[in-house]
Amino acid sequence: MTREQAKALIGERFSSAQVDGDAPTSAEATASRPIVVTLPVDQWTAFAQFAKTTLGCRFFSFSSAVDWKEQGLEVVARIDNLDDGVGVMMKARLGPGVSACPSLVPVFRGAEWMERECYDMFGIQFEGHPDLRRMLLSDDWQGHPLLKSYAVDTPHPPYR
Amino acid sequence: MLDTAKTSKVEFDYSGGERLTMNMGPQHPSAHGVFRAILTLEGETIVGVDAVIGYLHRCHEKLSETLTYAQYPSIASKTDYVAAMTSELAYVMAAEQIGKIEVPKRAQYLRVIMAELQRVASHLLWLGTWCMDMGGALGGGATVFLYCIRERELILDLFESLVGARLLYGFYQVGGTRYDIPDGWAQKCRETINLIDARIGEYESLLEDNPFFLARAQGVGVISRELAEDVGIAGPLLRGSGVNFDLRRAAPYSSYEDFTFNVPVETGGDCFARYRVRMVEFRESIAIVRQALDRLPDGAISSRPGLKSVAQIRIPKGEAYARVEGPRGEVGCYLIADGSAKPYRMKWRGASFSNLAVLPHIIPGHKIADVVAIMGSVDPVFGEVDR
Repeated sequence: MTREQAKALIGERFSSAQVDGDAPTSAEATASRPIVVTLPVDQWTAFAQFAKTTLGCRFFSFSSAVDWKEQGLEVVARIDNLDDGVGVMMKARLGPGVSACPSLVPVFRGAEWMERECYDMFGIQFEGHPDLRRMLLSDDWQGHPLLKSYAVDTPHPPYR
Repeated sequence: MLDTAKTSKVEFDYSGGERLTMNMGPQHPSAHGVFRAILTLEGETIVGVDAVIGYLHRCHEKLSETLTYAQYPSIASKTDYVAAMTSELAYVMAAEQIGKIEVPKRAQYLRVIMAELQRVASHLLWLGTWCMDMGGALGGGATVFLYCIRERELILDLFESLVGARLLYGFYQVGGTRYDIPDGWAQKCRETINLIDARIGEYESLLEDNPFFLARAQGVGVISRELAEDVGIAGPLLRGSGVNFDLRRAAPYSSYEDFTFNVPVETGGDCFARYRVRMVEFRESIAIVRQALDRLPDGAISSRPGLKSVAQIRIPKGEAYARVEGPRGEVGCYLIADGSAKPYRMKWRGASFSNLAVLPHIIPGHKIADVVAIMGSVDPVFGEVDR
């Protein structure tokens, strides 16, 4: 499957998704440039399933989130078709003040730890995650440090 | 006289009716760092594992938002401190992709030389510590470890004469490298890799002629191809599970397309397959270093002026995901720039984090002693797991 075929398939199946992978980057990056797909959040899991089965993107690279301040949180996930070298960067905006997102764990087992980390750092509630606990910080930590509203020097008792 | 008929029969077989929770770590020597596994046991067999990480978390991602593009590369070394040369590279490559900054050919070759020397050094540490973990099986314990450390020191000496540091280098900067190789360095490098090249065969014969080693590595900790891709493990683990994927080949960066090398693939998926992949990678890395030294172009080592202030590097708005093939697999840096001197958001895809995530899927069913062998074959570096 080539990059163009993959893009055509995505456009056919997910008409509401915004496919924009042609932002020109340096020559070095061109070979590994992913197809960037921006989705409505309700199609997050359905698209992952489609990418895995139809596009052959079986390799789960990572997932994370970005805090766009008043515009709310955005979740991102990178998956790859290793045989054909096609990468897909999935993105979805959760909307202002929303912290609920469907989980990718039913599709990719690798999402289990990545989403736990994401919950830990951003407080995103992944619905359908079997074991949503903090990953890197201790269980009694207060707040979610990668949010922009969390100051770098926020004191954490008893370590002040 | 003992009346055998009257002695009660002692039952040694374990019926498996009782479960025991055992805590392994976070200071277990085989953890290579700080990793805690809460094991649920039935007798000696593991039926469940809960992995606890985060003991070494230093909030790299939050920290990077407060440091400029000139400051952070030397901090990036501290994510995977056993392979500092590759984690730094991922960060500067991400910044270069967004800023469309070209890197001179000489700098690209120097980057390749250092990354490959680092891979050899990292694999030496892996081999040594893994064999020490399984020490009893190797009739002497620390033998292989000391041999490997001896060779690794030679590579660290090379790095020391290049940048003055032995563990965390700060060698790369956006647009090129910070240092050029000094006089006589190339010759010293050739002598070192020739010596190591000759000694890898010794380790192989030490290990592969040893039936105890084979018994502990073969068929232990099998990762299927399907599981490997689903969890997103990378590097020697992925190639040990039959996936022919190496970023240096699939998506060449920093002029890797100029060099000829093989990508070893094993289909066993067990500890032994991962061991074989890394043993071949030693030689392939050395071959790449030789080619790069032979063809090292003249010219500048950076496309940017020398750094005079920490906020000197500004890159435009944009985002990039740069990935390099580190010793432990795909080290990725997802960087979002907002036009200032500092990133808006930076996400590390630590290879060790994803590799370690496979443990809860493969450990159940094994004995406690196998956990040590499997952990060692995964080769996690906890600076990169916890970031």
